[in-house]
Amino acid sequence: MSVLAVIEHDRGTIATASLGVLTAARTLASQMGTTLEAVTVGANADALSSVAAQYGATVVHQAHHSALTDFGPEAWGEAVAQVVKKISPQVVIGTGTERGHEVVAQVAARLDLPASMNCTEFDSAFTGAQPLKVVRARWGGSLLEQAQVDAPIKLVTLANHTVEAVESPDTATNTVHDVELNDSVMHSFVQDRVERVAGVTLATAPVVVSGGRGVGSAEAFAPLEELAGLLGGIVGCSRAVTNNGWRNHTDQVGQTGTRIAPDIYIACGISGAIQHWVGAMASKNILAINTDKEANIVTKAGYAVIGDLHKIVPAISEEIRRRRG
Amino acid sequence: MNILVCVKRVPAPGARINITEDGQAVDTAFLGFTVSPHEECAVEQAVQLVEKHGGEVTVLTLGPAEAEEQLRTAVSVGAARAVLVPITESDWDPQRTAQAIASVITDLENANGKFDLVLFGNESADSCGYQVGIRVALKLGRPMVNGAKGLDIEGSVAKVRRESDAGQEIYMLPMPSAVGVKEGINLPRYPTMKGRLASKKVDVTRTESTGSVGGLKTIQLQRPPERVSNTQILGTGPEAASAVVDLLEELGVFK
Repeated sequence: MSVLAVIEHDRGTIATASLGVLTAARTLASQMGTTLEAVTVGANADALSSVAAQYGATVVHQAHHSALTDFGPEAWGEAVAQVVKKISPQVVIGTGTERGHEVVAQVAARLDLPASMNCTEFDSAFTGAQPLKVVRARWGGSLLEQAQVDAPIKLVTLANHTVEAVESPDTATNTVHDVELNDSVMHSFVQDRVERVAGVTLATAPVVVSGGRGVGSAEAFAPLEELAGLLGGIVGCSRAVTNNGWRNHTDQVGQTGTRIAPDIYIACGISGAIQHWVGAMASKNILAINTDKEANIVTKAGYAVIGDLHKIVPAISEEIRRRRG
Repeated sequence: MNILVCVKRVPAPGARINITEDGQAVDTAFLGFTVSPHEECAVEQAVQLVEKHGGEVTVLTLGPAEAEEQLRTAVSVGAARAVLVPITESDWDPQRTAQAIASVITDLENANGKFDLVLFGNESADSCGYQVGIRVALKLGRPMVNGAKGLDIEGSVAKVRRESDAGQEIYMLPMPSAVGVKEGINLPRYPTMKGRLASKKVDVTRTESTGSVGGLKTIQLQRPPERVSNTQILGTGPEAASAVVDLLEELGVFK
């Protein structure tokens, strides 16, 4: 009897999303009067165990197998499934990330259990006996669904950026599980990696300067690049921009692009359709630059400048240079 | 090279999404329908692969009778065959959907031979379940990777490229295999006149299938709380630049 947090990590480096998962799992375990436990995949997991203990885990299940040196969705899913089968937790919570969804879906498929992804809330009256009521994000967060997970073991992922990580140190016991992996799960391991050239990424940049249809062309992004450069940030864009072929899809912010959470999001010439908004709404501050003071993005942003981005953006860069002398 | 692409009919994203009065479904009265965006890219990728390596693309959907429209759209951009698994409810839960689709694929393969690749979208735009493809692949006993931002064939291996915070990851899946595709892998083409004609003529195969009801149940849909922001207008036109930089300084992003 426990709530089990699935720790996402990349070759031993814990994913930030795991900390929110541990925090949410601890809250749930405490209301159920049960323990928070965690599961890690791969050897050399003691550092991960310490982090889990820092967030209140009392037992960390380490799934070991000589093949588990890098990420592989099927092998990870199988490893976690074997631990879940062995310890029968009441709830299993994974990260609401690409890997997290994939691993939990693999566990669900292997144990033929339902799974509810991207949960934003769990029933505060849940004790473990009844079906688990959740609120989950649909349409990338444009709509919410009240759903019910009815199974002896409830598998869920926590939508990213919904629970703030809060430490609650405890002492954890490590339990090693030697898992058995057959050939069928060996094919989908990462075979090679191309590391990003140094620099900030859209998902982690402290400043994102984004352009929408209002920018008008690929060339007209140059002033946005300049401003982003001056602020140590990166350029993003809306779906209209990638559809027009002005920028690569890797720059797209939104439901089918990247979810961002910068200190400030500067949205230039973006109307703020809901599918864009859900990708940007975790930003700590939003500054909209738009000719239309009624635009969605302007009404939702904390700050706005009304007018032509083609004149305003260069003026901001100019002012920054002037103050820096 | 024979490729099957599983697609889903969804209300066209981009507009405000309203809910029916009983809270059970999206109000589609004023919405058009489309192929879910990741799957639109999966169709395009499949068509590009057969253009390069030969073979043929089959599209399959589980959905209402109207989903035939989305199958015909896929044919208009290069798919050769179309299979509809009709359901009368608006949507099936992921376990039930996967069971029904896997059983149809098995029948199709018993009749016509194995698909080298079965493609899915990373997640559907509407229900965002992130799991049907993974469940189907396991039932079919094929290796599966989701989130593909690149997909090439090298001999008998499907080479999948996926993006991560650190860069890119490469997976090599021996075929037959299954892959979940993400938007951005390509820019889907527009139908040609020839494609449109083919889409009108194609014979859509209807195959009934069943699956047991799974354990994830929708109780009700709800709108997220509207973000009410008391937007502070910093100014109008380039004259506002000074106020913007003051703000950047205040927030600590400009030093």
